[in-house]
Amino acid sequence: MSERLSRRKLIATGVVAAAGASGLGIAARLADRYGLIPPDDGGIYGVGETMTYAAQRVLVSRHALAREYTRSDISKIAPIKGAAPEDETYQRLLAGGFRDWRLKIDGLVARPSFFSLAELKRFPSESHVFHQACEEGWSFIAEWIGVPLSYVLNLVGVRPQAKYVVFFGFDTNFEAADKQTIKGKWNSIDMADAWHRQTLLAYGMNGQEFLPAGHGAPLRVRIPRQLGGKSTKYLSWITVTDTVKDIGKGFGAGGTERGFSWYAGI
Amino acid sequence: MAEIAYLAGLAIRGSDSLDSPRHSAVVRITHWITTVSFFGLLVSGIAILIAHPRLYWGETGGVGTPSLIDLPIPFMIGHSGWGRYLHFLSAWISVLTGLVYAPFGLLSHHFGKNLLPARADLAWSRVARIVWNDLRWRRPTEEESLTYNAVQRLAYLAVVFVLFPLIILTGLAMSPAIASVVPLLRSGFGGQQSARTIHFFVAVALVLFLCVHIAMVCLAGFAGRVRAMITGYSAARKECS
Repeated sequence: MSERLSRRKLIATGVVAAAGASGLGIAARLADRYGLIPPDDGGIYGVGETMTYAAQRVLVSRHALAREYTRSDISKIAPIKGAAPEDETYQRLLAGGFRDWRLKIDGLVARPSFFSLAELKRFPSESHVFHQACEEGWSFIAEWIGVPLSYVLNLVGVRPQAKYVVFFGFDTNFEAADKQTIKGKWNSIDMADAWHRQTLLAYGMNGQEFLPAGHGAPLRVRIPRQLGGKSTKYLSWITVTDTVKDIGKGFGAGGTERGFSWYAGI
Repeated sequence: MAEIAYLAGLAIRGSDSLDSPRHSAVVRITHWITTVSFFGLLVSGIAILIAHPRLYWGETGGVGTPSLIDLPIPFMIGHSGWGRYLHFLSAWISVLTGLVYAPFGLLSHHFGKNLLPARADLAWSRVARIVWNDLRWRRPTEEESLTYNAVQRLAYLAVVFVLFPLIILTGLAMSPAIASVVPLLRSGFGGQQSARTIHFFVAVALVLFLCVHIAMVCLAGFAGRVRAMITGYSAARKECS
């Protein structure tokens, strides 16, 4: 009697386990299709990371706006993490007031383009006062002046297959022929944050039409719904892609290769 | 067969069972999952904290701005990467466990029966007597240990309904994406840095609870209490005392 019962229990457990496994399989496929799986989904930590990213992408409206503060809220100190790139090209451009600097935008776009700083400044300019926190724990409020990333993306014409916008600064070896050897402070965001109307290509800060030393001159991105580390500085190249698996180690960011989660909306 | 069920922690009452059931299966399972995830949260929380062991009040704070408390710990960057991964993984496990425990606690009358103190037991003299006996390290009698006393009930209620919700909400308030949808969550705590500070103090309160909890388990008989939380039955008191 008890043997038969335990066999029945075993079969029932097997059926439940199979249903659970196939349910998970279906969930994983659906999650992938709707862009709910982050590039750092591997391993045991990847489980928590996927749940956080998927939950936020499902529950947080794509259009929800980060709080805008007033200019009187601006912090007296805007801390800097990391120094300006020592790269020779960067130093030469800096000495020339970035007149020879160009922002390259390519990848899954209809019109790959180069923009000078003067051209970017001629585009509709916006000013936002955002709160920005570092994953270390500190935070500050500052005003950022620039052009919405979405405006520039519309100009170059993003193809429908696009899934990520990738940012390379002068502190990466972005000119490497083999993209898998790229190292440094490159980063990427999904299209939800790329099209978000507060995501800014910032060239000015706190009332000034330029970025002070250490804050990413000539251009940095500002993503107010993620931690500060996502806001790549010293931009040189932006590429639009459907996968980040072929860049560096394939985790979607240089920082993720050094152990920091790719999604920083938490 | 009975042995297997016993080992697996399933509540099968053998004929040799000498005691009444102490904890239901859901309480036992959620208790131990919470134990593991709490340690994950604690270790990773410390790893995150030491990157910037200073607490502030308001929206912003950093080196060079006035702080509320400077913890006597050196700044140690380099642990917040794995710290954050482990923290949010453990947080998910905790929250999902809570989502099983809380509805169960309501529907099975676990909260009403086991945790809600009787009004008469809340008299100051009775509460003071319990605390006094604990402080004197007086072991509870057999009859007393069959149920939670008023102080235990209040402590468990505070953990389940005040500290855990508060630590989850202050954690969410620090998230820039969540704050964009529910701005009131962040401003309600007084800002992102205030939320971080409250998060820290609630964690300290939970650790203090844990210390007292373990001390009380030792007082009541460590092996017997732990066995009760694993198998559901504490067996004979004499055996483990």
